[in-house]
Amino acid sequence: MLTDLTIHELAGLFRRKAATPTQAAREYLDRIAALDPKVKAYLTVTGEAALARAAEADARFQAGAPLSPLDGVPLGLKDVLCTRGVRTTCGSKILESFVPPYDATVVARLQRAGAVVLGKLNMDEFAMGSSTENSGFFTTRNPWDLSRVPGGSSGGSAAAVAADLAAATLGTDTGGSIRQPAAFCGNVGLKPTYGRVSRYGLVAFASSLDQIGPFTKDVEDAALMLQAIAGHDPKDSTSATVPVPDYAAGLGRGVEGLRVGIPAEYFIDGLDPEVESAVRAAIEILRGLGAKTESVSLPHTEYGLAAYYLIGPAEASSNLARYDGVKYGLRVPGSRDLIDMYSRTRGAGFGAEVKRRVMLGTYALSAGYHDAYYGKAQRVRTLVQRDFQHAFERVDVIVAPTTPSVAFKVGEKADPLSMYLNDVFTIPVNLAGLPGVSVPAGFTRAGLPIGVQVIGKAFEEETVLRTAKAYETATEWRKRKPELAA
Amino acid sequence: MPEPKITMQEVEQVARLARLALSDAEKESMRRELDGILSYIDKLRALDTEGVPPTSHAVPMTNVMREDEPVPSLPQADMLANAPDRSGEFFRVPKIIEE
Amino acid sequence: MSGEYEVVIGLEVHAQLLTRTKMFCGCSTAFGAPPNTQTCPVCQGMPGSLPVINRRAVEFGIKTALAIGCSVNADNRFARKHYYYPDMPKNYQISQYEEPLAVHGHLDVEAAGAARRIGIERLHLEEDVGKLVHEGSLETAQSSQVDFNRAGVPLMEIVSKPDMRAPEEAAAYLRALRAIVVYLGVCDGNMEEGSLRCDANISLRKRGAAEYGTKVEIKNMNSFRNVQHALEYEIKRQARALDTGERIVQETRLWDPDKAHTVSMRSKEFAHDYRYFPEPDLPPLDVEARWVEAVRATLPELPAARRARFMEAHALSAYDAGLLTGSRALADYFEAAVAGCGKP
Repeated sequence: MLTDLTIHELAGLFRRKAATPTQAAREYLDRIAALDPKVKAYLTVTGEAALARAAEADARFQAGAPLSPLDGVPLGLKDVLCTRGVRTTCGSKILESFVPPYDATVVARLQRAGAVVLGKLNMDEFAMGSSTENSGFFTTRNPWDLSRVPGGSSGGSAAAVAADLAAATLGTDTGGSIRQPAAFCGNVGLKPTYGRVSRYGLVAFASSLDQIGPFTKDVEDAALMLQAIAGHDPKDSTSATVPVPDYAAGLGRGVEGLRVGIPAEYFIDGLDPEVESAVRAAIEILRGLGAKTESVSLPHTEYGLAAYYLIGPAEASSNLARYDGVKYGLRVPGSRDLIDMYSRTRGAGFGAEVKRRVMLGTYALSAGYHDAYYGKAQRVRTLVQRDFQHAFERVDVIVAPTTPSVAFKVGEKADPLSMYLNDVFTIPVNLAGLPGVSVPAGFTRAGLPIGVQVIGKAFEEETVLRTAKAYETATEWRKRKPELAA
Repeated sequence: MPEPKITMQEVEQVARLARLALSDAEKESMRRELDGILSYIDKLRALDTEGVPPTSHAVPMTNVMREDEPVPSLPQADMLANAPDRSGEFFRVPKIIEE
Repeated sequence: MSGEYEVVIGLEVHAQLLTRTKMFCGCSTAFGAPPNTQTCPVCQGMPGSLPVINRRAVEFGIKTALAIGCSVNADNRFARKHYYYPDMPKNYQISQYEEPLAVHGHLDVEAAGAARRIGIERLHLEEDVGKLVHEGSLETAQSSQVDFNRAGVPLMEIVSKPDMRAPEEAAAYLRALRAIVVYLGVCDGNMEEGSLRCDANISLRKRGAAEYGTKVEIKNMNSFRNVQHALEYEIKRQARALDTGERIVQETRLWDPDKAHTVSMRSKEFAHDYRYFPEPDLPPLDVEARWVEAVRATLPELPAARRARFMEAHALSAYDAGLLTGSRALADYFEAAVAGCGKP
């Protein structure tokens, strides 16, 4: 089945004319129709547009002139990325009918590469959450166990790849929202260095933390996706001018002599023993391949979560101030006056977690509390960054668990704080702005995926990816697929 | 019992600042939840950050600017298309009362 | 006016900059286009949009700062200022707060025959808001209409120190500041159309008192004359209140030129909590000395200096010199004419 294949496998078939983009698009759309009612990954399926784009790709392959390694490849996009003429909800009722008049830069780049967009994927509302249970519409299910969450906030993006409902997808990661669902769903999930990928058209949650990245079936695909979207964008003042290397070129270089740091603070009580043994086994495999491992310390790890839950909500409370019923989105009718309209619209349009974070952020920035909360968190952020800087003086990459546990049941984590603790290993990486990837590292006895995380220095995605690739090549996790009957 | 980190009055003040209408039940659960979260966050106080500069930008950069060259604006129709209440060429909003 | 009170006045001036495009996007700043035709996702604050700083706006800010004797802060950055209003696309304004573009300048003005040096606290850049159109007045309208063409136009805010002691001084300061920004070509100085706006802060205190009195903000003064009259009225109002033992309320009042009085607008008693924090979407500026010097080299001879030189070189009265240097174009023409045909 074409839907089993990776991007590079599919591209190979297209080039050899053994299959066409239209066939691939049709198969994916059929599979979505059959299985997505159970998985619930998609918010919007753009079937007609996808087939039109696929037909254009067919012609290019016929003429022997594909646009890129992604030409004709069916992809899904997290619904936090603006797509011109296609509803973009951010998983929120307040934007349920919002149709952007413009494309995000990453969307435009994928279009120029010839990719075929199948639709928009479900997510925690405004990217706030770790389970996709905060979506304003419905909860996506983990294809490995439909009673469990796929992780969040990019739950739909992860589930779609795991269930072969897209060849690859884009998600976003602010505190772990790519890496954690990738771990829960058994995919490769990459968060690039902050600034590596343009945020123009990414509906902002926390401006200094948000990054866009791919979910893929294997590491080579992640390199191909990153290649298509990375690079400076004059419309995003925080996007880096650092040149974009050829990410696929050095993938097979292996890890001989690579210095791998194992952070002591990531192996704590509360880490699921099956996750721990899978991650330690992964480290052993890397040693076997020639990597040199040593213990490193990231002493401020435990403070990272607290700092994040001040900085993120502070920036979010600001970024979400614009959702007020004036220019777009929901407006609750029948208000007495403007302020009544604002309050009722935001009260009705935002879900509980979003309201919580807007309140927390507003409080942290308010006069009298600003220095004690927001100001303090910014300084702690510096300490977290310095931890990584010190560690990276001695090692090239850091290998650690992605999450403290595997996918939990829908409804299991009712208390906000216990939900936040999911992100304890991913958050520090966002605070420091570093690249991180989660790759499949095995399964629990109950058959749930486990992820291992590789963290690198700023703009060294190549090193991160080649480490992940070496490990992936030495294992067979990717061959196992969830059992999903129509 | 430890002092509450946030009072109901503060919850109401913050909700006003944030333009969020909360039901009484929501206010109560908000107060409880925020209290729990703020208690957790309090661990930051133990950290000595004397002399540590704040980080506002993850990756340091300066002087990102553009030239003063016009770029075509988007058509009026596009910009008004999502308007919840449109009045001709304008967005319309309800009666504005100064607080 | 009761001589027992000293008047303390500070002025906040907003000048719309004569750049071709807006502060953070490439939309045109041209006046008079149909509503909502000069906007884009950025200046309309659409989800996912991001600002990019207009270099020329920064240059105009530096130029003005130098002309009014300010020191340019090499390290300066933008900050978000939060409040909800329908003319604010993002419900925050990108402005500058703790690290403004320039600080500590001065203007030398003449009022009632006396020369005074008025201190300037700071100069910073920010974006303008959209235009609200009310059917009728703000008080009676059942709804209002919003046009975002003006949203995002670059503004330069210049805040004086509370150094002025009389309405004539305030008017003189405003005239002098206007003359400079027009001479520099950074602003067209049109108060009626709103490209130059002035708000005043005024308080009274007993002569000899060390502390300032409660200050009142006065808005909606759209000409030099209105500035002077509004301040004169306000002095009377506050003096009368203080004389009868009334407490002055810290508030914003609007000048009503038809009724010639100020009206309370909203209570600033509970000051806005703007929740400023550094703008995360914009890296900070590092205005190098090289750039400042390059801008300094483009400064024309400023109005005061030119007037003095005309008086000296051409034996003109202060009045005549003032007239001729009132516009840079006229002064240039005069000098060309003199060069052409000898003594005036």
